[in-house]
Amino acid sequence: MIRLEINGRRQEVDVPGETPLLWTLRDEMGLTGTKFGCGMALCGACTVHVDGQAVRSCLTPISAVANKKVVTIEGLGTDSIGKALQAAWIDVGVPQCGYCQAGQIMSAAALLKRTPKPTDAQIDEAMSGNICRCGTYTRIRAAVKQAVAKQGGTR
Amino acid sequence: MNAPVDRMTHPDGDASLARPLILANVSRRRFLQGISLGGLVLAVGYPSAARAQEAKKYGADGMPNGWVDNPLAFVSIAEDGSVTIVCHRSEMGQGVRTGMPMIVADELEADWKRVRVAQASGDEKRFGNQDTDGSRSTRHFFEPMRRCGAAARAMLEAAAAERWKVPVREVQAKNHEVVHRPTGRRLGYGSLAKAAASQPVPARETLRLKDPKQFRYIGKGQLKLVDGRDIVTGKAQYGIDTRLDGMLYAVVARPPVYGGKVASFDAAEALKVPGVQKVVQIEDSPPPAHFNPVGGVAVLARNTWAAMQGRRALKITWDDGPNASYDSAAFKATLEESAHKPGKVVRNDGDFAAAAAGAARRLEAEYYIPHLAHATMEPPAATVRIANGKCEVWGCFQSPQAARDLVAKRLGMSADDVTVHVTLLGGGFGRKSKPDYAIEAAVLSKAVDGKPVKVTWTREDDLHNSYYHTVSVEHLEAGVDRQGKPVAWLHRSVAPTIVSTFNAAAKNEAPFELGMGVINVPFAIPNVRIENPEAAAHTRIGWFRSVSNIPHAFAVQSFVAELAAAAGRDPKDFLLEVIGPARQVSPEMLGDTWNHGESPERYPVDTGRLRRVVETVAREAGWGKKLSKGRGLGIAAHYSFVSYIAAVVEVAVDDKGVVTIPRVDMAVDCGATVNPDRVRSQMEGACVMGVGIATLGEISFKGGRVQQDNFNSYEVTRMTEAPRVIRVHIIPGDYSKPMGGVGEPGVPPIPPALCNAIFAATGKRIHRLPIRDQLKV
Repeated sequence: MIRLEINGRRQEVDVPGETPLLWTLRDEMGLTGTKFGCGMALCGACTVHVDGQAVRSCLTPISAVANKKVVTIEGLGTDSIGKALQAAWIDVGVPQCGYCQAGQIMSAAALLKRTPKPTDAQIDEAMSGNICRCGTYTRIRAAVKQAVAKQGGTR
Repeated sequence: MNAPVDRMTHPDGDASLARPLILANVSRRRFLQGISLGGLVLAVGYPSAARAQEAKKYGADGMPNGWVDNPLAFVSIAEDGSVTIVCHRSEMGQGVRTGMPMIVADELEADWKRVRVAQASGDEKRFGNQDTDGSRSTRHFFEPMRRCGAAARAMLEAAAAERWKVPVREVQAKNHEVVHRPTGRRLGYGSLAKAAASQPVPARETLRLKDPKQFRYIGKGQLKLVDGRDIVTGKAQYGIDTRLDGMLYAVVARPPVYGGKVASFDAAEALKVPGVQKVVQIEDSPPPAHFNPVGGVAVLARNTWAAMQGRRALKITWDDGPNASYDSAAFKATLEESAHKPGKVVRNDGDFAAAAAGAARRLEAEYYIPHLAHATMEPPAATVRIANGKCEVWGCFQSPQAARDLVAKRLGMSADDVTVHVTLLGGGFGRKSKPDYAIEAAVLSKAVDGKPVKVTWTREDDLHNSYYHTVSVEHLEAGVDRQGKPVAWLHRSVAPTIVSTFNAAAKNEAPFELGMGVINVPFAIPNVRIENPEAAAHTRIGWFRSVSNIPHAFAVQSFVAELAAAAGRDPKDFLLEVIGPARQVSPEMLGDTWNHGESPERYPVDTGRLRRVVETVAREAGWGKKLSKGRGLGIAAHYSFVSYIAAVVEVAVDDKGVVTIPRVDMAVDCGATVNPDRVRSQMEGACVMGVGIATLGEISFKGGRVQQDNFNSYEVTRMTEAPRVIRVHIIPGDYSKPMGGVGEPGVPPIPPALCNAIFAATGKRIHRLPIRDQLKV
């Protein structure tokens, strides 16, 4: 039995310790907002926060997050950065198919927590691990900047 | 009013059923004549049965199960006033779940804040054609959806007039209520819902459509995506997200070579993996592939991870079959050899040989584009449950009716007993038109007594067992006059055909492939010869966003730029000169009998529109502006999916040969638009995909096996390599004119525009995609 906190709730799961956090969230806990895209930490679709850090859940064994705080896209809206990003994503009309966007927003949120006023280069660096096959990159960058501006962090 | 959604069978006596079947036979061309001026009153001419039989059908009429415009199928209004509009096409990022209901809501005078969107199940008899492909949804359903909304509005008005006992001409629906004009009395849609539902559906010819000036949503682009909030909060449901009580999770080990099969397997170790519950063999399907699963061995488990671990523990011996020798490098040489010899002549204007012999100068070039995989971010996934003689399917399907029919066939059931629930699609790009994964889930559910089974493809599965974009060699020759202008043009296109997926003997490009920018090139060149030598397929070839337009446009638009360079001319001016004066060219005159399925009269090739996008994009991009060293502009234009697109790409190539793209401008003439913001976003996405095709994308085979496994070896464009700025310039359209496609036509001009820009920046001409390290120094 592994104990951890997910989106502010303490939870227990009974899966082998090497089971990735991704599949535990999706299949065992029903949190399907975190997406599978590659299984090798190449595409970022599965990005979640573990103790505030962006982590690729597809390669993170559940045993590695025992007693840690995990935040997924379903729980992101409770903080102001997450809320601002979600609002900006809608306002800019970022999503096309939308499948990768949970991971994109989680990566962007981790960036803004670390760096409230990122430069273009910092945005590129933080987001380059997240693939969008629909090609929404210009709007992702615009939405991150809009969220920064709304947070009062305009450069 | 009540529109049954996701219902397994039609309620008895539903009048909406018989009528659409008849309507599917109405010639859309004749039908549209009645509203071709955007007027308010429909005047419908029904062709006689005999004439309808004779006439070739175009547009939505030519699609299986045609179109339906019955408001009872698409609109329901609850007594609280909420309006539910059914979207019958699949959402895969093009915005159709916003755009299609928006059309209905506009004519319905519904308040968008009170509109909900419901997704239709796969049921073409009820909803009309649901194949979400070919960039067709809006151009085929704009008018039927307008009529749906207008008919529902008329029913609300009739109900209000009846309630007030006033003539219907005195009432008017406006913003979710009906107003009695003489007295100012008002009734909300909710309070009229029940009475409106019992009104007869008005005859089509009595419908009053809005004057486009009165549109409140169509063409405005102010509405947010209906799924936007769900997407950004993780609530949106994709095919891979289905969860049912007692569901098993499956992954499948599939033959690594097309046409291969399981020789033997040992599941003992797999069954020892914790969580694994069952191992099931799926029967192989020898080529041609159709939409059948390729067979293999499935592992069913308590979760996806356990299934994946179980699959890893399987011991399988494959019988690879005749495609085990498929090798991309050798096949490239085979295609080139074919391209150097005459092939089947598919268009022949004038006399190429004589004109070329007499030309001042002859030039030739050859272009290669490899296989590509769609690599949708959501890999294929489907869930099936069978109970009480009924089968339910959930999944990300571009063709839900095909999924329904093929699952029914495989299970030996009637399609009436199969319901296909369409989720959001995490990307489609043509891959999800083939519901092989639904059939896999159905076979597996049946093997566990109908228990729900979800099949999830991993990224490796997706890349190893796709329906690949073809591989092609395009050979071009031109004879030019003393000014460098082409007087003779030869194009030999050699590529395995998509038809081979349905008929293994097929070796020539089909009319629908030739009509994607190889024969229907409307250049002002008197002597044109297009040939199509044979090419055999050794893997599953399928539709990939923009399809054959990609290699054809890359070759044609690169070659025109090469001719311009040889003539010492400005590439934009030269391109316009080759296109020639503004004129309307019959597709049939170009040997194109397909014309993207559209009527040649309604959709001629309009070189004036092609010229206009070239001129517009050049102006907007600042064509001719001074650029610093290592920078260059490239231009390309292409007509596809009955839309006209031109692009100017600006590149910067550094001294190590690394390419960056500071800016791309695109001009699009797709006719009038429903949701201009989604037209823009489709162009932006097409641009990024085009850049990826040009710079990175390649699926190659060795020993019959795909050599790429995941995004480390099949690279796609990331934010750092994507254009920094993409500016989309939409040519204003007229709602009385036929619309064009949007989802696909943005891709083809991008690779040649990019390569033309690289030439401008470096003097190096790219003939083989992807570029990868060809520029590295």
